[in-house]
Amino acid sequence: MLEIDNLSHVYGGGTPNAHHAIEGLNLSVAAGELLCIVGPSGCGKSTLLRSIAGLIRPTGGQVRIEGQVVRQTPDNLAVVFQDYSRSLFPWMSVEDNVALPLRRRNLDKRQRQEAAKEALESVGLAGAARKYPFQLSGGMQQRVAIARALAYRPTLMLMDEPFGSVDAQTREDLEDLVLQVRGHHQMTIVLITHDIDESVYVGDRVVVLSKAPAHVVGDLKVHLPGPRDQISTREHPDFVHLRAEVGRLVRGHATV
Amino acid sequence: MRGTRTTVFRITVLAVLVLVWEAATWLAGSAFFPPPSTIVTRMHAMWFSGPFATLFLTDAAIGDILPSLGRMALGFAGGALAGVVLGLALGLSSRVYDYLDGVLQFLRAIPPPALVTVFLVVFGFGLRMQLAFIMFSIVWPVLLNTADGARSVEPLHLQTSQVFRLSRGERLRRVVLPSALPKMFAGLRLALSLSLIVMVFSELLPGTTNGIGFQLTSAYATFDLPAMWAGIVLLGVLGYLLNEVFLVVERRVLAWHHAAQQVVI
Repeated sequence: MLEIDNLSHVYGGGTPNAHHAIEGLNLSVAAGELLCIVGPSGCGKSTLLRSIAGLIRPTGGQVRIEGQVVRQTPDNLAVVFQDYSRSLFPWMSVEDNVALPLRRRNLDKRQRQEAAKEALESVGLAGAARKYPFQLSGGMQQRVAIARALAYRPTLMLMDEPFGSVDAQTREDLEDLVLQVRGHHQMTIVLITHDIDESVYVGDRVVVLSKAPAHVVGDLKVHLPGPRDQISTREHPDFVHLRAEVGRLVRGHATV
Repeated sequence: MRGTRTTVFRITVLAVLVLVWEAATWLAGSAFFPPPSTIVTRMHAMWFSGPFATLFLTDAAIGDILPSLGRMALGFAGGALAGVVLGLALGLSSRVYDYLDGVLQFLRAIPPPALVTVFLVVFGFGLRMQLAFIMFSIVWPVLLNTADGARSVEPLHLQTSQVFRLSRGERLRRVVLPSALPKMFAGLRLALSLSLIVMVFSELLPGTTNGIGFQLTSAYATFDLPAMWAGIVLLGVLGYLLNEVFLVVERRVLAWHHAAQQVVI
C-alpha cells in the first residue's frame, strides 16, 4: 500500500545551518493496517508525514502509494492535522467544511450534503451540521476534521498528532473513535504521535523513529486482545510490556 | 441593559453639546456662525419640506443631495471593485507584490487633491473627471488591504486545500477570498469615508452644476451662511449614516470572524 524507500530530507541544504530531518528511512505499510509512528519531539515526524502527503518534496529517496511515486498529493489520501482550529475553515459551517473536498468527487450538491451528514453521524456530531467551528469545543472540532477526512473516502488517512491539542478525557474518546471508524471504513491509517501509550493502544503496529535525522529504530507488532478498552487494555500485561519496550526505544535514542 | 444606558448617555452628550453650541452662537451673535437651530430650520426648509410623493424631499434636495450620492456611489463601487480585483491578483503572486509594492506605496502617498489638475487635463471638467478622481483616490486603501489579506492566508488552510485537491478557482473563492475579507473590509471602510471627502472636493471644482459641494460654494458666494452651514451639517450626517450602514453590512458578512475572535479572547 505505502512504501517509503531510503527517504531523506534536508532543510536548507548546502547552507551551514542545513537541518537533516530524515535520513535513509525505509518503511512499508500494508493495506488496512493502522500504523502508529512514534518518536522524540522534533525528530522529523511531521516532515515524514508531509513527504507522504506530497506537501513537500523530499530531497532524497521516494514515497510510493499503491505503486505510484508521490509527486503531489494523491487523490486517495486525506490528512487530519494536529491544529484543527487552523485546519477547519472558520467561515464555513461544519457541514460545508466536511462537504468542501467532495466537490472534486463528481457528486452533486445533495449527494455531497448526504455524504457530509453521514460522516458527521459516524463521528457523533449529527446535530452540529449547521454550527460553525468556533461554536464547538476542541475535541468536537477535531471530530469535524476526522469527518471531513472520512467523507472524502480515502484509502490512506494520515493523522499528524491528531490528539495533541485536546484534554486527556477527549483524547481517549478520540482514540476510541479512530478505532471505531476504521472498523467501518476500509482504509489504511498512519497516525503520528509522540505519546507512547497512545501508539500502543491504537496501533496494529508501532514504528519508532530516532531523533533527527530520523530513521526507523524499532518496528513492533501489537498483539492485544480486542476490542480495545481504555481501562482493561491499558492494564493488560502485554500492553504494559510493549509500552515499556517502545519507551526504551524512544528514550534510548532521545538521550544519546 | 448596558446597551440602553450607553445609548441614553450618548444622546445626552450630543444634546448637551448642541445646547452649548446654541448658547455660544447666541451669545456671540456673529453672522458667520449661525446657531444650530437656524441651521436645522434652514435644512428643513431647503431640503426636507417637500411633498409626500418625493419622501418629503424638495426639488433642491433632489438637485443637491441625489447627484452627490450618485457620484459617490458610482465612484466608490468602481474604485472598490477595481481595488478588490487588483488586490486579490496582487496578493496571489508574492513576486509581483514584491516588485510593485514600492510603486503602490508611492502612488498611495500622493494626496488626491494634488492630482486634480492631471485629471482635469485628461478628462476635462464634468462627471467623467469626477468619477475617475473618486475611483483613483479610493482604490489604494482597498487594493493594498485586500492584497495584504490575500497574502496572509493561514498556511495550514492552504495545505488543507492542497491535500483535498481543491482547484485554483475553489481555492481562490472559498479559501483566499474569505481569508482576505476582514482586511478587505477595513480597506473598504477607509475608502467609504474617503469617497465622501473627494466627492465634495470634486464638486467644489468649476464645471459642476449640482451636488452638495456645488451648493456649498454657491451658498458661500451669495453670502448665505445658514445654507453653507446646512451643507456642512448634512455632510456630517451623511458620513455618519453611511458608516453605520457599512458597519451593519460588515457585521453580517464577517459574523464568523467576530464570533471566532471573541471565543479566542
